[in-house]
Amino acid sequence: MSIELKKVTKYFGDFPAVYDVSFAVNEGELVALLGPSGSGKTTVLRLIAGLETPDRGEIYIRGKKVNNIPVQQRNIGFVFQSYALFKSMTVFENIAFGLKIKKWKKTEIEQRVKELFELLDLKGLEERFPHQLSGGQRQRVAIARALAPKPNVLLLDEPFGAVDAKIRQELREWLVHLHHDVNVTTIFVTHDQEEAMEVASRIVIFSKGCLEQIGTPRDVYENPVNEFVARFVGVMNVLELVVTNGVARIGELEFPPHGLIDGQKLRIGFRPYAVNVSSDPNRYRYKAILRHTYFLGIMLRLELELPSGIVIKARMSKEEYNSLGLQDGKEVSFEIKQYRILSKEGNQLSEEIPAV
Amino acid sequence: MFKRKNPLPGFGLSLGFTMMYLSVIVLLPLCVLVFKTFEMSWEEFWRWTINERAIASYKLTFGASFCAALLNSVFGILTAWVLVRHDFPGKRLIDALVDFPFALPTAVAGLTLAELFSANGWLGKMLEPMGIQGVYSPIGVVIALTFVGMPFVIRTLQPVIESLDLEIEEAALILGASRTRTFFSVILPMLLPTIITGFALAFARAIGEYGSIVFISGNIPYKTEIAPVLIVMRLEEYNYVGATAIALVLLVVSFLLLALINWLQSWSERFLE
Amino acid sequence: MDGTIKTYKEKSAGQRRVTEGSPVVKWILILICLVFLSTFLLLPLINVFAQAFAKGIGLYFKSLALPESLSAIKMTLIVAAISVPLNVLFGIAAAWSIAKFRFPGKTILLTFIDLPFSISPVVAGLMYVLLYGLQGHLGQWLDEHDIQIIFNLPGMVLVTIFVTFPFVARELIPIMQSVGVEQEHAALTLGASGWQTFWYVTLPSVKWGLLYGIILCNARAMGEFGAVSVVSGHITGRTDTMPLMVEKFYNDFNSVAAFSLSSLLALLALITLFIKTWLEWRQYRIERKA
Repeated sequence: MSIELKKVTKYFGDFPAVYDVSFAVNEGELVALLGPSGSGKTTVLRLIAGLETPDRGEIYIRGKKVNNIPVQQRNIGFVFQSYALFKSMTVFENIAFGLKIKKWKKTEIEQRVKELFELLDLKGLEERFPHQLSGGQRQRVAIARALAPKPNVLLLDEPFGAVDAKIRQELREWLVHLHHDVNVTTIFVTHDQEEAMEVASRIVIFSKGCLEQIGTPRDVYENPVNEFVARFVGVMNVLELVVTNGVARIGELEFPPHGLIDGQKLRIGFRPYAVNVSSDPNRYRYKAILRHTYFLGIMLRLELELPSGIVIKARMSKEEYNSLGLQDGKEVSFEIKQYRILSKEGNQLSEEIPAV
Repeated sequence: MFKRKNPLPGFGLSLGFTMMYLSVIVLLPLCVLVFKTFEMSWEEFWRWTINERAIASYKLTFGASFCAALLNSVFGILTAWVLVRHDFPGKRLIDALVDFPFALPTAVAGLTLAELFSANGWLGKMLEPMGIQGVYSPIGVVIALTFVGMPFVIRTLQPVIESLDLEIEEAALILGASRTRTFFSVILPMLLPTIITGFALAFARAIGEYGSIVFISGNIPYKTEIAPVLIVMRLEEYNYVGATAIALVLLVVSFLLLALINWLQSWSERFLE
Repeated sequence: MDGTIKTYKEKSAGQRRVTEGSPVVKWILILICLVFLSTFLLLPLINVFAQAFAKGIGLYFKSLALPESLSAIKMTLIVAAISVPLNVLFGIAAAWSIAKFRFPGKTILLTFIDLPFSISPVVAGLMYVLLYGLQGHLGQWLDEHDIQIIFNLPGMVLVTIFVTFPFVARELIPIMQSVGVEQEHAALTLGASGWQTFWYVTLPSVKWGLLYGIILCNARAMGEFGAVSVVSGHITGRTDTMPLMVEKFYNDFNSVAAFSLSSLLALLALITLFIKTWLEWRQYRIERKA
């Protein structure tokens, strides 16, 4: 076990920034801490680094309790969101800094920095100052600086936050490759679920200081433990149903009551891919108007509006869309293949239920 | 407010040193002055603070400081405006020179101004036929105080004029206002809080000034003796009570001005938003 | 030399902005401004040197070589050499604690740090006389132990520290605040100790601001008159600094000596102004680049 948190709690004043969080990261893993802003994910990262001290609970790095070990001696690599490059030092001096502090020999420092320059494709930038670098170069220097002293774990705070959308995609793939090459346990913080899904081998999801779920990207997508995770990871249609005459319904949509009696409420959710659509208005149970089609590359998202005004999101491939002959503004029919009960008058449940 | 434990070390050491140094250098002497005041009776206090000579010195100190600050405000507005908005050869040199009174020791300022405005100095020669006595007169005091307070209005105004939105002026011009009208009814009101701040800063500096005035004023009791000079006179008579009493008056005025300046600054910040 | 001025010129050659007003008014304003500034700034400055060399260059150097002059120069250097480093130390400590940490009472502390600027130098001198002078309890006790502070070097150093107290701290605090703590935190994660972090990361990030504060502090320390005058006792050859000696020469009607010594102080002011302008210009260029 590379890193383990046991019931860690951190207050800022009276405000619990991190509450009772426990999870473990294996050696060599690439893990994402995912959550909206203010969910405590960055604080967790800073707690692992030793930049904050927990009020309760224990933190272990490679089996050793580090609560009382100062940040200098934890041997972690930390990449700040703003990169925090030393402005008064050249790129070379920035990367060599940690090695100089650890009193490496001069030749060894040069050797190691050279390695990193090659690994991170920084050649030719040795004598530049941080303000002379592009955003992507700054990030690579920051990562090289963190990796130089061969840390036990690499921590990255919103590594893609400061770069524009275009190179974000490249950087994601690059981070995966880098992790593959150096094989150091890596934890990064992000608020972008897509980023977490694509890059991480496991995702830890936070909300309001609490850990909501931990699992592989597929796991959290297909089996979210609650409505928060379900809505935060991927797109989900969420409906609040009321049981009337033994049927749970909203507008035209009807579902089984799931043991509830009249007047009780039920929240359900389903992914866009769980909706079957046909251009034949009589093919499926519900009729709707295809309001708008969003082209998201190879996949398309459809917005269906029921006569009662409810809007349902559906998803399909371009081929399917073309073969069905769908068109914006036309009447279509649809059905919901499967859905998930998100909550039932307070109780939280999460079993996928086939509806057809 | 978050209360974070900062992982950076040295907080105790640096704050401890700061507090100790501050106490020894500033607070302790200040307390002694206040205690000394408590030692004296009201009767004693009034005797040294409101006698005729003291009152004459306040009148001169505050009057001359006011005149100098006013003079500096008028020319300060003009200079700041010209330096920001207009371009002319030697502008950068002039701009750098504005800080000269901050850098020049006051004794040197007093010496050279006294010479310059004396009967056979370059400027004194021109003033004498007009019947204006530049040295050993209240005018001399105003001259010296104008010199030492000059940078304040200019330096507080410059960044504000720079940040003025040209579109506001353009709007006024489009609405048919003349340039002069635009300046006096649109720009000047916007600059007013800053001008007052600069005025107060120059005024505060002037009432404490000593070095430059000693040379130019002649220090004639009842006529050209400013309050700080009177304090020194009392000290030379070993009259510590008298010196302390007048010092307290100056100190109270300084602190009131400081509070006013702080309030003005926050007010002008809000005003300019 | 300067990009903005050039573009400004190019623009004004082509078309004048309406907000610029008429060129006649512009030149009248510039003229008034120049007359005012040359009367009050340029003339006094030129006058210092003109009077110093009025009786020839030989007398100028002779006046500077007078034993009183030499000892005054020495005293000024000693006072500045002690008080400036102490205020630098204080400025760094104050800036470190105020800019890098959160604690209650920060605003009050900042007000206290600024306080010496609003106290008349004469009042400052008086406070020290009251504290350490013979008429006070502390002064008597010190006298019994053969320690003399007032009318002696320690008193002069103390008041100089008082009047120059805020310079370095005031300069450093806003710079350290704007730099933030992330670079320091990064140094810590790389294993640097507190001192190493300060030395390699914090100090380089504020070095130009520190230099700025030091030159201003030094100019005031060497030029202080009122406060030092009150505590020095005016003992020629022992407690007279350059500004005090200027006054003595002036009162003795030795105009050339007074102006000669003044010329050195004026030179110091010019050098200070030069470095200050250079630092500001440097900063301006960096900001424009960013």
